[in-house]
Order: sequence, then C-alpha cells, then structure tokens
Amino acid sequence: MLSVLRRKAAAAAVGGSDAMLLGGRLRKSCAAAAAGLRGYATAAKEMTVREALNSALDEEMSADPKVFLMGEEVGEYQGAYKVSKGFLPKFGPERVVDTPITEAGFTGIGVGAAYYGLKPVVEFMTFNFAMQAIDHIINSAAKTNYMSAGNISVPIVFRGPNGAAAGVGAQHSQCYAAWYGSCPGLKVLAPYSSEDARGLLKAAIRDPDPVVFLENELMYGERFPVSAEALDSSFCLPIGKAKIEREGKDVTITAFSKMVGLSLEAAEILAKEGITAEVINLLSIRPLDRPTINASVRKTNRLVTVEEGFPQHGVGAEICMSIIEDSFGYLDAPIERITGADVPMPYAANLERMALPQIEDIVRAAKRVCHRSVPMAATA
Amino acid sequence: MSAAFPSVRAVCRPGSFAGEKRGPPPAAASGKLASGFLGSAWKLRFGALPARRRGSSSVVVAVSDVVKEKKPKRSSSSSSDLLITKEEGLELYEDMVLGRTFEDMCAQMYYRGKMFGFVHLYNGQEAVSTGFIKLLKQEDCVVSHYRDHVHALSKGVSARAVMSELFGKTTGCCRGQGGSMHMFSKEHNLLGGFAFIGEGIPIATGAAFTSKYRREVLKEADCDHVTVAFFGDGTCNNGQFYECLNMAALWKLPIVFVVENNLWAIGMSHLRATSDPQIWKKGPAFGMPGVHVDGMDVLKVREVAKEAIGRARRGEGPTLVECETYRFRGHSLADPDELRDPAEKAHYAARDPIVALKKYILESNLASEAELKAIDKKIDEIIEDAVEFADASPIPPRSQLLENVFADPKGFGIGPDGRYRCEDPKFTEGTAHV
Repeated sequence: MLSVLRRKAAAAAVGGSDAMLLGGRLRKSCAAAAAGLRGYATAAKEMTVREALNSALDEEMSADPKVFLMGEEVGEYQGAYKVSKGFLPKFGPERVVDTPITEAGFTGIGVGAAYYGLKPVVEFMTFNFAMQAIDHIINSAAKTNYMSAGNISVPIVFRGPNGAAAGVGAQHSQCYAAWYGSCPGLKVLAPYSSEDARGLLKAAIRDPDPVVFLENELMYGERFPVSAEALDSSFCLPIGKAKIEREGKDVTITAFSKMVGLSLEAAEILAKEGITAEVINLLSIRPLDRPTINASVRKTNRLVTVEEGFPQHGVGAEICMSIIEDSFGYLDAPIERITGADVPMPYAANLERMALPQIEDIVRAAKRVCHRSVPMAATA
Repeated sequence: MSAAFPSVRAVCRPGSFAGEKRGPPPAAASGKLASGFLGSAWKLRFGALPARRRGSSSVVVAVSDVVKEKKPKRSSSSSSDLLITKEEGLELYEDMVLGRTFEDMCAQMYYRGKMFGFVHLYNGQEAVSTGFIKLLKQEDCVVSHYRDHVHALSKGVSARAVMSELFGKTTGCCRGQGGSMHMFSKEHNLLGGFAFIGEGIPIATGAAFTSKYRREVLKEADCDHVTVAFFGDGTCNNGQFYECLNMAALWKLPIVFVVENNLWAIGMSHLRATSDPQIWKKGPAFGMPGVHVDGMDVLKVREVAKEAIGRARRGEGPTLVECETYRFRGHSLADPDELRDPAEKAHYAARDPIVALKKYILESNLASEAELKAIDKKIDEIIEDAVEFADASPIPPRSQLLENVFADPKGFGIGPDGRYRCEDPKFTEGTAHV
C-alpha cells in the first residue's frame, strides 16, 4: 500500500498553528532536535545518499516490471557513481540497459518507450551531458502532454548528478536547476539527505509526468540518519513540498541540494551570534513551494536564497520575485541571493572555492539582511 | 534469409565498397546524379551490374533497387498474377485520394486564413504513407515529423479530427493545442508529429524498444508490434539518425526506418548537403539491410514494406528503406519554391502515384472507372464534411490554456483508487492510507 508518511512525533512537538496556517505542510523537522539529529524523531540507522538512491530504485524496479534503468555504465560498471550497484545480476540486461555514448539517441529512446507505455529511468552521467539530449527532455518529454492534449503522457525520470564536484572544470560543473525549473511540463526535484533522496526518487518514478531529478556527486557519500518509516518500501515524499530543516525567527534561508548542508552550518554559526535562521530545504524546484517560503518570510521578514548555479536568471531570482508578488509588505530588508560566481567554473582549487558559495558567504549575507553591520563581500 | 526481398535485382554485401564494383566511380556517379537523378537513371546504371544476383547467403543484405519482376501494364484477367486484390486496390486508392484531397483542401483553407502558422503538405508522397501504413495494425506505431497530416489520416485518425486540429479548434485530435506539426493519437498509436527533424527517430526507436521489452520482460508473448518511423532526406544527416541506426541494429529492435527522400530540404538540395547521397547504403554500415525503392509507385513500396515489416515482426531486426519520392508543392505553404527546376517538377508530376495506381487498377480490370469515381466523390464529401465540422467547432475556452501541462498536476501522484491523492481530504492531515 502506498502511504505518505509524516513525522507524527515531530508534528506533535511543533505547534499546530503553523500547520493550520499553511494548510497542508506535511513534513516538519522537530525544532528541538534539529541541532543534533536533523529532525528525525526515531533515527534508527544511517544510510548514504548513494545507498538511499540504490534502495529506492531497487524497490521501484522490483515492484513494477515496467520500470527500467537506462544510461551509460549503469549495468556492468554498476553505475558511474555506483548508484546502480548490484542491479545487473538482479534485474538482467533488458532492464538495466548499458547504452552507447549517445545521449540524444538513448534519451529519445527512453521518451519513446514512455510514450508507448513503459516507465524509464534515464541516467545521465552528469546533467552537463544531458545538454546533448535537452531537445528530448524539453521538446519531446516536457511538452508532449500539452501538445497532445493529454493523449500521450510521459512517465519518465531523468536523473544524474548536477552542479559542481571537486576540480572537474567548467564543462562538468554547471547547475541546471534554473534551466529545467523554467520549463512548464517538467517536475524538477533536488534532494538533500538520504531520506529526501529515497522519498523523492520513489515519488518521481511513480509520477506519470517527466521528472528531472538533480542529484549531487559530492552528496553521494554523505551519511544521514534514516528513520524506520523511510525504510518502508511504500515511503515516498510529495512532489512540490519544501521542508523546514531548522526553525528560526530572524531570517529565512532557502537552499537546495548540497547548499542545504552549508546553510545548516551557517545557521549554527548564526545561532551563536543570536540570529536564529530558518533553513528551508526546497526539495522541489518545480513546482516551487511558494506557500511554505512565503509563510516563513512572513514570520521572519528577511530572506537569503542560496544556490550553486549562475546568478542571472537563477532559482534565487525566481524566489525573490515570488516573495515580492506575495509578501512584499512583510519584508524588512532587501532579499539577498547567494549564488555561484558569474564565470564558468575554474579548475584551480582556490578559484573553485571562490566561485562557489561558502559558509562564510551565507553568514555574512544573513547578517547584512539582519542589519548587523558587515561590509559587502567583494563581488566576483 | 536469402529469400528476403525476392524481387531485388542486385544485392551487395555490407562492408564491401559496392561503388567500386558498380561501374562509374563515385565522383562520376555524383556528376551524373547532379545533372539528373530523375529516378530512371538508377535503373539504367544498375542494369549494367556484374551478375551478383539474389541468392546471396549473407545474413545482412543491402539492396540496390527493387525492381518489380512483373511490369504493371498487364491486361491479364488472372488475378493471381496481380500484386493486389480488388479490395486492396480500392483501399490503397481511397487512402491516397483521401491524403491528396485533404492536403489540397488545407492549401485552400490556409489561403482563406482558416489555418495558420506552419503547414507542410504531402502532395505527391502519398504512395509512401499508404504503402507502409496500410500494412500496419492499430497497435503498431507510426512516428512522423512535421509533414504528418497524411500519416495521421492513413493511420486512422479521422479527417474531422485532423482538420479541426489544423483550424485550432477544441475538437481537434489534440484539442487545438498541437497544431499542424504535432499530431498525436493514443488510440491509433500515432506518436507524433515533431517539429524537429530527427527528433522522432529516437522516439520511434523507443517505441520499438517497448515492443521488445513487453515481449521479453513483461512476457506478453503475442506482442509483435512494429514501429515505422518516417523522416526525410535532410534528417539523414542528423546525428540522432545514426545513433538510432546503431542502437536499433544492436538490440534488434522491431522498427522500420523509412526515408522519404524527396530530394529537397526546404531549399537545400539533398545532393548539396550530403557527402554520399545514397541513403540506403547507410543501413548496411550499421548491420541492417538498406533498400532503395521507387516511392512514386505504391505497389513497389508495398512490396518492400511487406518484407520490412515482416522482418521486424519476426524479430529479425530493423530495416532502412529509402523511398525516392517528390513533393509537388513547396516545403510549406509559406515557401515560394523558386529553387526547384521546373523540368524536375514536371518529370515527377508525370509519375503521380494516384494516376499510376488508377491506371494499374483499370488496366488490370480490378475495378471500373465508375467505382473509382465513386470513391473520389465519397472522399470529396468526407473532406467537405470535415471542413464544415471544423468551421462549426468552438475555439478552445480560456480555461483550456493551463490544462494538460501535467498528467498529474498536483504532484502528489495518483493513488490506487485512481484519484489524485491531493483530493483526498485525509491526505493533508497525514493520516491518509492510500
């Protein structure tokens, strides 16, 4: 039986008024336990993000024979990042399809298979390579349900690592959240923790629409506590709902994927200086959970958006505008956005560090927004 | 395997550079092509081939020219000599006349302002669509590109639905949201309708992949559905075409790649754009048969199609079929069509496939003139009715603008009871057990 689960204990701990205000926010972290346990009432075991993805895919492929995995090195190599470890002997080569290096071709094949009734999971070695297939992601997957007026739906998942890794250079480091997030017809997800990864991937595979699932290479090896409910094979998270990772009342910080970790650490530092930050893990870039973000900003009156991608036309710009549209009167300070530098990713380690948001950047921005006098960081 | 394509005059093995054994070297050949390529030139050249006849035992066969062993001009009354029965003949005739009349009506409606945007008409190429699609079942898939009205009609989408779609009315096959270039029909397994050339080829390969998957993984033993992908000569220079030839042959997918080589990609002549203009040769390079056929003759196309579709259905893998055809009108209704030589146009106009089939039917005494005229009249009425229906249909209401973006708009998925989970009031309380 499918069931979407809640942290019942956490929900009971946090006041019911917030739940009524938002009218449907499903997952909240337990504020009291946030600092240490990242909000899980019953942390039973730990799991890396890679294991979480592996287990989610495994369960979905076992449950539905129409689900199959296709991509470069997913079979015999066990996945370029070992996400599909152990799948080939278990499911066989027809369901774990090693493809030639033909992104446009095999992505189109995946979309065609989805048109005709299967549920493919197309893995890109990184989303940078997906640019060779972006015609199929946008034109033949995202737009088809609309163009065919509901005749043909496309239950496909495009997944792979997104964003910067370590020292891989400009062509392997771009974050595509903003690009895919601007396309009607796509659902775009970006998990952070293992539970997020498990729940969202399962939801994505079960979803009848095209989903772009943005993972992060550096997060694959990160270990997170996972509750017993999350280990249940029918666990899945709703698409379109953000999660409050840490409650606060002075400033709201929104982030997704790896930046959530940095934001939580920044929140720790800020807490020592008397600023309580509310950290929101977006989880879903499209549809963006505007109600949750707005409710948080109405509470704190200040906002800092954090993302790894390029600044112009980024996710932060969209969040900023959505706040202005819905909650302008509640703002006590201009919104700050922390983004990657407006340059292709450099290779040198120190330059790369400068080109990506660091914890200090988030702390400084939060302080500026709270009008504690801190000079602006040098731009670019 | 050697019986494949029995009416083939010449056979060559993949991998061997057939050009060398064939008479004029490629440079001279393209010189000859550049000056003419009037279709008949092929036969003349290959008539002088060395005697490598059929009966080759190679598993993969590349075929140069499919020559019918019986000339169509036969007044024999013995129907066993004929390639088609009366019913089949009339079916083919009706389908081609439907395509032609529909497209002519589209041109009229466009110039009257009822249709707009990009409209690409199929006049002259009907033999390819009819020849292939009339051999398919409803469950077989057809994937096309922007010149897709007639593919939709041949596959079974009603003229009313296609015309309404072109008028942008809500009764169209895609509720007016797709348009001329994006015909989709789940019921008839028409998987598009794509504006990007080459985009449909991987989609078709994916549908073929699904057929194979259903047979082998989902164990639906009777799933022998075939996919036919239609695309043009310009597409054959696109990377996705080669990627899919490779994967289709690699995985032996049940697909037929049909090239509608009408020699022109808007104003770019095929010969100016392609290093080796013989597209059928690209099949054997990837390990599948490549066949060239006269696409203005529906009976020849049908013979080749029977074999290619049969191969795919039996699980023997893909085939590349190059149909030499011609579009009588410009690339689209906005194309002034100034670059094509009038002599070339006249040459192909003389080989109009509908006229040729009519002649065959009458000379073989399959049907009388009166019966064919009755079909013409019937089609005229169908088209008139389609136009009236489209005219009378309402335009999409404002509320339709935001519909159909997602199959599941709220994003929570569909529960086992078939309803959106977010509509379940218990869902947001977190106690919903679906």
